[in-house]
Amino acid sequence: MRPTSARFLNILVPVKRAVDYAVKIRVNSQQTGVDLNVKHSMNPFDEIAVEEAVRIRERIKDEVKSIRAVTIGPSKSLDTLRTALAMGADSAIHVEVPESAPAPEPLGVAKTIRALVEKNKEIDLIILGKQAIDDDAGQTGQMLAGLLGWSQATFASKVDVDTKNNVVTVLREIDGGSEEIKCKLPLVITTDLRLNEPRYASLPNIMKAKKKPVEKLKPEDLGVDLTPMLETIKVAEPPKRVGGGKVESVEELVGKLKDAGFTAV
Amino acid sequence: PNALVFLEHRNGVLDSSSLSALTAATQLGGQVTGLILSGPESSATAIENASKLKGLNKLIHSTADTYKSPVVEAVTPLLKQVLSDSTYTHVVSATSSFAKSLLPRVAALLDAPQISDITSVEHDASSNATTFTRPIYAGNAIATVKASSSIPIKFFTVRSTSFAAALSADVAEASLETLEPVSAGDVPTEHLKTSLTKSDRPELGTASRIVSGGRPLKDAKTFEDTLYPLADVLGAAVGASRAAVDAGYADNSLQVGQTGKVVAPELYMAFGISGAIQHLAGMKDSKLIVAVNKDPEAPIFQIADVGLVGDLYQVIPELTEKLKASK
Repeated sequence: MRPTSARFLNILVPVKRAVDYAVKIRVNSQQTGVDLNVKHSMNPFDEIAVEEAVRIRERIKDEVKSIRAVTIGPSKSLDTLRTALAMGADSAIHVEVPESAPAPEPLGVAKTIRALVEKNKEIDLIILGKQAIDDDAGQTGQMLAGLLGWSQATFASKVDVDTKNNVVTVLREIDGGSEEIKCKLPLVITTDLRLNEPRYASLPNIMKAKKKPVEKLKPEDLGVDLTPMLETIKVAEPPKRVGGGKVESVEELVGKLKDAGFTAV
Repeated sequence: PNALVFLEHRNGVLDSSSLSALTAATQLGGQVTGLILSGPESSATAIENASKLKGLNKLIHSTADTYKSPVVEAVTPLLKQVLSDSTYTHVVSATSSFAKSLLPRVAALLDAPQISDITSVEHDASSNATTFTRPIYAGNAIATVKASSSIPIKFFTVRSTSFAAALSADVAEASLETLEPVSAGDVPTEHLKTSLTKSDRPELGTASRIVSGGRPLKDAKTFEDTLYPLADVLGAAVGASRAAVDAGYADNSLQVGQTGKVVAPELYMAFGISGAIQHLAGMKDSKLIVAVNKDPEAPIFQIADVGLVGDLYQVIPELTEKLKASK
């Protein structure tokens, strides 16, 4: 038997175009969704995923053969791919859906990425955000790992790749603390907040990104159907909290606490 | 409806978020079966505690060394088998870090979508459709989502602050079924170690009082020295803003917000927290919100019931003393 040589990693980073984290969300008057005519940017957790892919390459150099970004979305999602390319991805895939199409559900997204992995068999590491800050579902990475039958490391806060032994050690954020696991490649990682701090793309890199290749595909090309299985009946404003009460002194604050039944134990 | 609730525990003591998940499952209005996994040491306690839960008709338990500190890859085949050989209509869990990792993996294998972090549930037996509400955009909008009869098994995770914990009876009420562990073959993932933050204070997720701090608390020692005495006087849990956690003042398990813990205590006190929407998403359902901040324009004051503009380094010691004195 031939000795197994060191593995060359091909990394795929799925990214999502989402309403920018700083935008104040407004529900539309028909109560069918929120006003999307606002600033969008890459989902912050996906930025962390791109950054991690680039940092892995900075650490293990040539052992990373490729970093590819993928997005599923309308034509404007190309901006998000360009951001990933400017941060350091080599190439990108845009699975384009019509502007009018409903947002795909996590299961549809996972099936699309699975189809891409089956088409590009060399991919052995997928890094994506633990959740998107728009639908806050937090499912895609786990669903993808399940469909592929791969190892999964959710909520990663530290990633250590060992290509000699084909394993990745991941520190994960869990309820009440952290957990360390060792995963065999191929692997799906979802990123938590403290994995890294994403870089800002430099102007030269933004210019270079414009020349990097972006492959365009349609869901049909991959044989996937992105029709949502769930029905969104209504999107409403949350109940408004009436605040704004003020006190002038600690004395008064203690009084308010006491009135509400909060005293020392 | 016939619901399967994934019950989690620590050393046999059920997680209170699982008890909330059970309450949500009972609201479907049908049979409720619990599934509990454990290592050999804690299985007797876990089974005893779980079988007394009110609202549970049946309890399935499975014991194996691999279920002690399980990885999802080792549990997935068991759950898949339980669901394949049965007539379950719903799979329910807490929005815990383990269940968040497990449920979508299993759902995808059964070609089912999942509804995450629901705040209400209503099942219509005649149409076999279930309607949920859940926060989206960090709680700045509430979506009403319907899973129709075309989805045979409906997976959902439950926001624990929206459902009371299920109570326990004095004696076991649920019927018991033992399930042989299901081999997961060559599991590609290995658990190395778990590090839990030790604390004598109430747990953040279930505490009725929380004292929370932000970036002005300078460093880990100042964070402790300033907040802990007040928390102790009030018998409160300690929380933190993302800024304080990112800066290393507080452990990540203390983070309150969209991507941290979602809490809804009787009393939430925010010190030096300006009130970014991501933080408000994690605490705005608290009953009484107190905010202390130097900046009178801080957005937290808009949702605080009691605001005090001031320096937390003066306010907290004085507040701690006055609370002690008025005991």
